[in-house]
Amino acid sequence: MNSDTPLIVSTAGRAGRRWWTTDPASLSAAALLVTIAAGCFIVPLMIPMDPLAMPEIVKLINLPPSIDHFMGTDQSSRDVLSRLLYGGRISLSIAVFATLVSVTLGTAYGAAAGYSTGILRSLLDRVLDALLSIPRLLILIAIFAAWPDASVKRFVLILGVTGWYGVARLVRGQVLALKTRDFVMSARAMGATPSRIFFRHILPNSLTPVVVAATLGIGHVIVLEAGLSYLGVGLDPPAPTWGGMIQDGAASIRNVWWLSLFPGLAIVLTVMAFTILGDALLRALEPRQKQRDD
Amino acid sequence: MTEPLLSIENLRTWFHTESGIARSVDGVSFVVNAGEMLGIVGESGCGKSVTALSILRLIQQPGRIEEGSHIMFEGKDLVTLDDGGMREIRGNRIAMIFQEPMSALNPVFTVGDQVAEVARVHGSGSRRDAWKRAVEMLSLTGIPSPEERANQYPHQLSGGMRQRVLIAMALIMNPALIIADEPTTALDVTIQAQILELLTGLQERFGTSILMITHDLGVIAETATRVLVMYGGEIVEEASVDTLFSAAHHPYTEGLMHAMPQMSEERERLNVIPGTVPPPTAWPSGCRFRDRCSYSWERCESEHPPLYEISAGHTSRCHLAVEPERRAQPHLPLVEKVGAAL
Repeated sequence: MNSDTPLIVSTAGRAGRRWWTTDPASLSAAALLVTIAAGCFIVPLMIPMDPLAMPEIVKLINLPPSIDHFMGTDQSSRDVLSRLLYGGRISLSIAVFATLVSVTLGTAYGAAAGYSTGILRSLLDRVLDALLSIPRLLILIAIFAAWPDASVKRFVLILGVTGWYGVARLVRGQVLALKTRDFVMSARAMGATPSRIFFRHILPNSLTPVVVAATLGIGHVIVLEAGLSYLGVGLDPPAPTWGGMIQDGAASIRNVWWLSLFPGLAIVLTVMAFTILGDALLRALEPRQKQRDD
Repeated sequence: MTEPLLSIENLRTWFHTESGIARSVDGVSFVVNAGEMLGIVGESGCGKSVTALSILRLIQQPGRIEEGSHIMFEGKDLVTLDDGGMREIRGNRIAMIFQEPMSALNPVFTVGDQVAEVARVHGSGSRRDAWKRAVEMLSLTGIPSPEERANQYPHQLSGGMRQRVLIAMALIMNPALIIADEPTTALDVTIQAQILELLTGLQERFGTSILMITHDLGVIAETATRVLVMYGGEIVEEASVDTLFSAAHHPYTEGLMHAMPQMSEERERLNVIPGTVPPPTAWPSGCRFRDRCSYSWERCESEHPPLYEISAGHTSRCHLAVEPERRAQPHLPLVEKVGAAL
């Protein structure tokens, strides 16, 4: 009776599905993100900093990095490090919340499109195709041009509402594939209602790629926000964002290189960390993917 | 004679595809009596799984149970029952065990949770009661330390254990009928024997009827009391297991028997039935087996054979029943002749 007790299966299975990682690259990425977040959200609370203060707009402008100003000062004598940390607060918050909005919308729409049948499904599919065909940057510039009152809340909303199509397509495909899986058929065969089948058997199984997409999406939104600020359609000055800061220094990058370099580095490091983390999550959550990669 | 538990009359399940109508199940009638183990045997594509799925109305587009089909179960015709009524039957009065224990369980929930779910779908008891019942069922299906196992996920269990979990799910509501669709095909031979033993033991204990669908005559011999042989979407022979193994009548059944490996013989190659099952969109006229049959003659082409009665409880869809002398003149079946000519 006990001869089919697994000897190795259970440990191998557990290792395949754990969500953490011992891979050094992903660990350093996670550590880097924690450092950046702590720098932006905690350091300014302990050390008095003011990203908007302009102590002396003649003598203290465009100072190179020094002991007093680790990252120098800008053309209005503001401390670049203070602006970088406060800018990080805004840029990171926008990225995280905008991604939350888009992932929620995308999951809901994709699930509806994947689970529906007949005419409704064709309709939802066509609408999604149409939305996917619009270049996002153009639509964002148009929206910001038409509605120039810039606040963080509005920024989050607009980036979220224009960012869910990819997630929707991902979830739709996932749900479509899951619908034909044996355990869904088995749930139908035991008398489960359509809503139970959806919420218990289809949705939880389609969320893995969503988690990965969200992690990668945060990095994408940071870049997008920086690009918009650079194009001058982001948040209004003097509120600092990383993209806005690069744009401030762009004109004088030869002489006053520190204005653009440090926010640029911050963006690159943060986005890279999110990307590595996203890949690590994908490998940890999808054992089959992992086997292919290794 | 008492009323049968399940009575299927003229079941026709057709798939309306772009390349034509696939008549996968084409006029099947049979009964399952209370407490009996009925086997359905046949090759892939002969319609046995579609028959099983039709009983629970799990056929998906473009498949359809055609008008004039009746599936009588506990006084209701399942073909015309509304969706809510059908859900009350599924898992509760008729349960199904699927072929692939690997994929028939949801990977994100513990197995105890999934067994308990069946009770929660159908019962009004609390979560805790359902969980307790689930652990009892797991223990009943011979899973060691069931409390611990109930908290594990499907991927932590071996194939045989997962099949036991599926059996626990099927049994928890104490259904009148269990449909087992190739329950042991995905398992290795030793586990296969254990699972069959478990099923027959539980059947005797609870008096559940089991409809055992398989392509493996060995499984039939070990478990069933009565057998239906299906070919081309039809029943071609029906007999008790003893009769079938001692005096199979239909050439297709003979072929299946012949194709079983025998321990006592030494052979380079296994015997096979030449050719394959024709596509269900284009069954041959007359007898659907005639191209692969080594006895076929003109009558097989012109006249679709009815189910002839061979003896009490033994029927066969073969004209040999009325012209038995033809059995003495076997020839190469058509598919082999064509194959040799090419």
